[in-house]
Amino acid sequence: MTNVSDLKTTPLHAIHKALGGKLVPFAGWHMPIQFKGVMEEHKCVRDGVGIFDVSHMGEIEISGPDAKKLIQHLVTNDIEPMQNNQALYTLMCLETGGVVDDLLVHRFSDDHYFLCVNASNSDKDFQWILKNAGDFNAVIKNTSQETAQLAVQGKHAEALMQKLCDAPLSEIEYYHFRKGKIHNFECILARTGYTGEDGFEIYIDAKHAESTYKALIEEGKAFDLQPIGLGARDTLRMEMGYALYGNELNENCNPLEAGLGWVIKLQKDDFLGKSALKKQKDAGLSRKLVGIRLLDRGVPRPHYRVLKEGSPVGELTSGTFSPSLNIGIGLCYVSTEYAKPGTKLDVEIRKLNVPAEVVKPPFLPSRIKKS
Amino acid sequence: MEVPENLLYTQEHEWVRVDGTKAVVGITEFAQDQLGDIVFVELPEPGTLVEQENPFGVVESVKTVSDLYAPISGTVTGTNKDLEAHPEQVNSEPYGKGWIIEIEVSDEKELEKLMSADDYIAQCEKEQG
Repeated sequence: MTNVSDLKTTPLHAIHKALGGKLVPFAGWHMPIQFKGVMEEHKCVRDGVGIFDVSHMGEIEISGPDAKKLIQHLVTNDIEPMQNNQALYTLMCLETGGVVDDLLVHRFSDDHYFLCVNASNSDKDFQWILKNAGDFNAVIKNTSQETAQLAVQGKHAEALMQKLCDAPLSEIEYYHFRKGKIHNFECILARTGYTGEDGFEIYIDAKHAESTYKALIEEGKAFDLQPIGLGARDTLRMEMGYALYGNELNENCNPLEAGLGWVIKLQKDDFLGKSALKKQKDAGLSRKLVGIRLLDRGVPRPHYRVLKEGSPVGELTSGTFSPSLNIGIGLCYVSTEYAKPGTKLDVEIRKLNVPAEVVKPPFLPSRIKKS
Repeated sequence: MEVPENLLYTQEHEWVRVDGTKAVVGITEFAQDQLGDIVFVELPEPGTLVEQENPFGVVESVKTVSDLYAPISGTVTGTNKDLEAHPEQVNSEPYGKGWIIEIEVSDEKELEKLMSADDYIAQCEKEQG
């Protein structure tokens, strides 16, 4: 049993409690899993707008003459074409090709970037970056402690935030950001998210997080804004088929099998994991991460076995009930012969084989605003 | 938190409404609140023999799976089929439309092992710390 007093808390811990949040241990943090309920919160984000405290996420700043070279060495995607104020999804891999973390790179300028990394990996990532920084002339700072992160997600996110922001938010394109003010505090406003809805992620000094959060809650009343817990954060990302580190991705996985080849730029100069990933690609994939949709009632969960005519073909890495589709959904690595959409499989739920089929994620269309 | 006086309770948060030799079983307001949104209830077939303190079914919320324990031994004489389409009734009306099974009680003496509403409230307070 985790001792609650050993857990880290975000600057919004007290307000979560005051808002009726149910707090649970998550990745070493004491975080709200739900407020009014996962289903209602999920629908609130899909139909309107919700606010998440994601201050447990880590931030690492990299600056200096070799900042770009160092990041190019660390990550699988190509940051060379990035413009200022642009964000990029990428992986950071081991020499074996296994995934250290999946993260976002944000470019302020040619010699100044910041990374947003998973909560559970932020210390590991920071050490990994330091270890591989070698002779690069760069300053690496773990700013996780002093940075809070809020996500405002849903179709009304822009209208709501505009009431508190000086910057014209409509000018910020998907996967772009800018420095601005919200509720009169300096922050970074990024059009990114983990829900499949339009919306923003706000990086702000931890000292100003509570007051900003309260202001958003207050302004949000006109938009039926609700605070959203980690429970709905998971169901929302699952419906999009987004990978979650620790579930789909880990240091032993093959990110090409995870369908993340699009962020692995093998034509770019040497980077950590390149030769292993190239070999894996040349050898061809034997497995693939697919979406699984139940055809009957039941809730698939991580580690449940997936069967083809009674024989195991894989194990779910994630599984949940989809509030939008009203059916169980999951993600699973299966041999390529079973990866074709429409393939009929079974998910074993407490000795019972529940019929399911392979689908290509997302499970429902994303509504992010691609430029 | 609603804990009706006229029901009996288990440590595992089931309630029992005894009516002659029949016992209707559900989960408590406290239990549904702890579980969160219920999306699936696995029911036994009528005719199934259940044994006191042994699992007879499963209730699943979005986040968790939880076993249901028989508060009393006997034969299942009815199940709440509405829960197949509307499992959320367990959340909205745990003591009403959210009932789960009906049991023909085989040994009334077992009822003595169940808790009164007052004892159950005390247990919930303890669990909440």
